[in-house]
Amino acid sequence: MTQIDWSKPRLLARGIRKQYDERLILGGVDLEVYPGQIVALIGSSGSGKSTLLRCLNLIEEINDGQIWLEGEDISAPEVDQDRIRQEIGLVFQSFNLFAHLSILDNITLALRHVQGKSKDEAEKIALQWLGRIGLADKASSYPDKLSGGQQQRTAIVRAVALNPKLLLLDEVTSALDPELVGEVLELIKDLKQTGTTIVMATHELSFARDVADWVIFLDKGVVAEEGEASEFFANPKQDRTKEFLTRLKAH
Amino acid sequence: MSNTSNQYQPSEAELTRRAFKAQRKRKSTLVAFASTLLFAAVVAIGLVSTPGWSRVTESFFNIEVGIDAFPRIIEGIWLNLRVLFFTTISVVICGLLLALMRTLRNPVFFPLRIFAHGYVDFFRGLPLIIVLYIVGFGIPGLRLEWLGRVPVEVLGTVALTLTYSAYVSEVFRAGIESIHPSQRLAARSLGLSYSKTMRLVVLPQAVRRVAPPLMNDFVALQKDVGLISVLGAIDAVRGAQIEVAKYANFTPYVLSGLIFVLLAIPTVRFTDRISAKLAKREQSGSAL
Repeated sequence: MTQIDWSKPRLLARGIRKQYDERLILGGVDLEVYPGQIVALIGSSGSGKSTLLRCLNLIEEINDGQIWLEGEDISAPEVDQDRIRQEIGLVFQSFNLFAHLSILDNITLALRHVQGKSKDEAEKIALQWLGRIGLADKASSYPDKLSGGQQQRTAIVRAVALNPKLLLLDEVTSALDPELVGEVLELIKDLKQTGTTIVMATHELSFARDVADWVIFLDKGVVAEEGEASEFFANPKQDRTKEFLTRLKAH
Repeated sequence: MSNTSNQYQPSEAELTRRAFKAQRKRKSTLVAFASTLLFAAVVAIGLVSTPGWSRVTESFFNIEVGIDAFPRIIEGIWLNLRVLFFTTISVVICGLLLALMRTLRNPVFFPLRIFAHGYVDFFRGLPLIIVLYIVGFGIPGLRLEWLGRVPVEVLGTVALTLTYSAYVSEVFRAGIESIHPSQRLAARSLGLSYSKTMRLVVLPQAVRRVAPPLMNDFVALQKDVGLISVLGAIDAVRGAQIEVAKYANFTPYVLSGLIFVLLAIPTVRFTDRISAKLAKREQSGSAL
């Protein structure tokens, strides 16, 4: 396992606020993510997990607060957002692979047209990744011919192939059949081994306990409790946290 | 007992079913054949025995007149095809540009968006024949020195492009808007710019999806190129008109009409094939 560098955070967020019209989604969230760390965001539906991830990737505009990536204020108005988005990968619950492109082309698209790599170079990188997740033989298949688990693993690889500074995973197993969840979680474990820095929103509590270094419990758009994963699950302090954990364990 | 699946034998019930289906198929073919034959016979006898039939054949299907008129009509069709070629190219370009203008969100492009919107409203409402008259007779009527003398077929191409671009841009726009926002979101999250997202992710999917309606507009254009004859271009329609006047016989109209139909058939079949292929791809994996 890689050692975490505590000297300076990879990502720092302060007072992130987001509202749609009158509805408050995030009411001032603080977040620190250190290189090589895996942070798990937990909380019930509508607690603001997905919105927070989208704000960090700059897909959603924040209404207040500031975000720094390796010390650079990426929430500043003059920042080139397209450049930041390729540094921060985002994987969706519903995969969102490009339906008109083969698996290989899905991965090479941004390598070629965002990072400006040659076709050969991009395909080499893509095939390496596909080999690593055991999908090399599917390179020329189209997304609709793959299982949900295979599609989601491709979507994760599409994001990490760009070598982002931070990977955001938005409930990547929620749309999968139970028997396919395992293969996706395996891939995330594998990425942790190689030092990828990850923030993941998840409902898989046991997985969060196994893999995450830090757990943040969001409730009604604010951080209700956070702590080291083992400590967080063993001794939750807030009543809200205890209630949430028992409710999920009951299932 | 190890390879029972290789020695699979259909059951008695399945064999009976197959025999029944085969017999039913033979019977349907036979019935279809007989009824078609009967229908054709009734139509033929009915037509030929009509009192005015000989005058109809003389006036519309006169072989000698047809043979005499043929060269001029073919020459005219060649002009129609050239106009069709250039109109198609300019319509695709202008239609796509108009559609893209209407999807722009940046406030800088507000005037472009309004222009495209107004253009499409205007030219979809304006009768093509009026556009043809205004462009074909109005522009030369201005006697612009710098423009010189523009051939009527070029003016016809311009007029057709003006009208058809409006229709085609709406087809493109429908296609662009039919692509689920999550595809755009995924592209942007990878760092692709707005224009690259459009060009590499949205448009390829949109164009594929609207290929059948686009081809439909192409079929319509294929025969509307005949309208340039009102400007005096000697195309297949005008050529036929001249021959009709010469012989006081309508066979040249019928002949040039048939040639337009013959030209349209491959396009129509091609459209059907694309639609079928798309439908098949979208249903991949399901039984029906």
